[in-house]
Amino acid sequence: MKKGVMRPGHVQIRVLDMDEAVKHYTDLLGMIETDRDDQGRVYLKAWTEVDKFSLVLREADEPGCDFMGFKVVDEAALNQLEKDLVDYGVGVEQIPAEELKDCGRRVRFTVPSGHAFELYADKKYTGKWGVSSVNPEAWPRGLQGMKAVRFDHCLFYGPELAAVYDIFVNVLGFHLAEQVLDPEGTRVAQFLTVSMKEHDVAFIHHEEKGKFHHASFYLDTWEAVLRAADLISMTDTSIDIGPTRHGLTHGQTIYFFDPSGNRNEVFCGGDYFYPDHKPVTWKTEELGKAIFYHDRVLNERFMTVLT
Amino acid sequence: MAVFQVVNRTTGDHFTCQEGQSVLKAMEQRDLKCVPVGCRGGGCGFCKIQVLEGHFECGKMSKRHAPPEAVEKGEVLACRIYPLTDLIIECVPLPEAAPAKQTTKNR
Ligand code: FES
Ligand SMILES: [Fe+2]
Repeated sequence: MKKGVMRPGHVQIRVLDMDEAVKHYTDLLGMIETDRDDQGRVYLKAWTEVDKFSLVLREADEPGCDFMGFKVVDEAALNQLEKDLVDYGVGVEQIPAEELKDCGRRVRFTVPSGHAFELYADKKYTGKWGVSSVNPEAWPRGLQGMKAVRFDHCLFYGPELAAVYDIFVNVLGFHLAEQVLDPEGTRVAQFLTVSMKEHDVAFIHHEEKGKFHHASFYLDTWEAVLRAADLISMTDTSIDIGPTRHGLTHGQTIYFFDPSGNRNEVFCGGDYFYPDHKPVTWKTEELGKAIFYHDRVLNERFMTVLT
Repeated sequence: MAVFQVVNRTTGDHFTCQEGQSVLKAMEQRDLKCVPVGCRGGGCGFCKIQVLEGHFECGKMSKRHAPPEAVEKGEVLACRIYPLTDLIIECVPLPEAAPAKQTTKNR
């Protein structure tokens, strides 16, 4: 957080059918719809999140991710980061306050992997859903499905990982927590953090620009991940793989797809990170184990099925 | 409920598909692998097939992978088509899956 970038704040995902998508993210993942706007976008949050929304769904004729936003500590930090991006040669676009309802101005930029990111300082503080901020109970009643705790991170596929690293680490103050190196020592995957989490955003090398691998939501326990798996079967939701454990980050995970083919993850556990930690390295020779710690083989789908 | 026959001319596989069921789902239920399975949601383009004969209904599909011109010609996503008659299909070669090539410098 050394440059003032605090945490993942939101992700805007394109869906083919809004009603199906809202049902998926509310009934199955257990997120809460908090608003809609005149563009037809739907705003959702997970119950522990203090701001008004973390997930925005937009109906479009092609699924994928429009952008991921990070919240910064304050307006002064936002101004400085904007200047730093421009000085570094990164083009920025100004998105005015209220373009997303109840969100302050956003500074948008596209990194060389082809993915759009945003920084913002303000969003309406609505508090955790269903619990008081004074003498709060442990959890709210009335949560649906998987009872997602928070939007946690995204994984993107694209080229130019080194240039992306430069922007995130040198300009935005992220740290490299984990990486995958090929036999020549080229980094083919980078897991970046701005917090104590193992990753706040991750990239895997891929020739085609701007591809979306998954948006991930945190659950408390392995039991909750197994329960999520039960719900995926009960609802006949398209599964990718899991429940299993990752080698990278050691998180316990399950992957599945939303009704438009965007991949979702729910996971628990995983390692932690402090800024004095050196990066953890996995080698491509052990890539199967790095991704799926139990099977120790990659399913082809993980590397090639993207939106 | 009507049941239709789907024949994959590329692989010689054939399977039955119930009315209202997607071709990909019917194939998966028979434990066949003659069409690649991806997201099952019309989003990734992995399950692209060419329908040579027969009629079907379409669900929503990503325009990138199934543009209207292609759909006209029967080039569709197996996870989002629902047969109305028996079908004869053919595999479509996948676009070059991008291998993890070494264009990124380590530092
Ligand atoms: S499996 Fe992804 S489009 Fe059919
Ligand atoms: Fe993940």
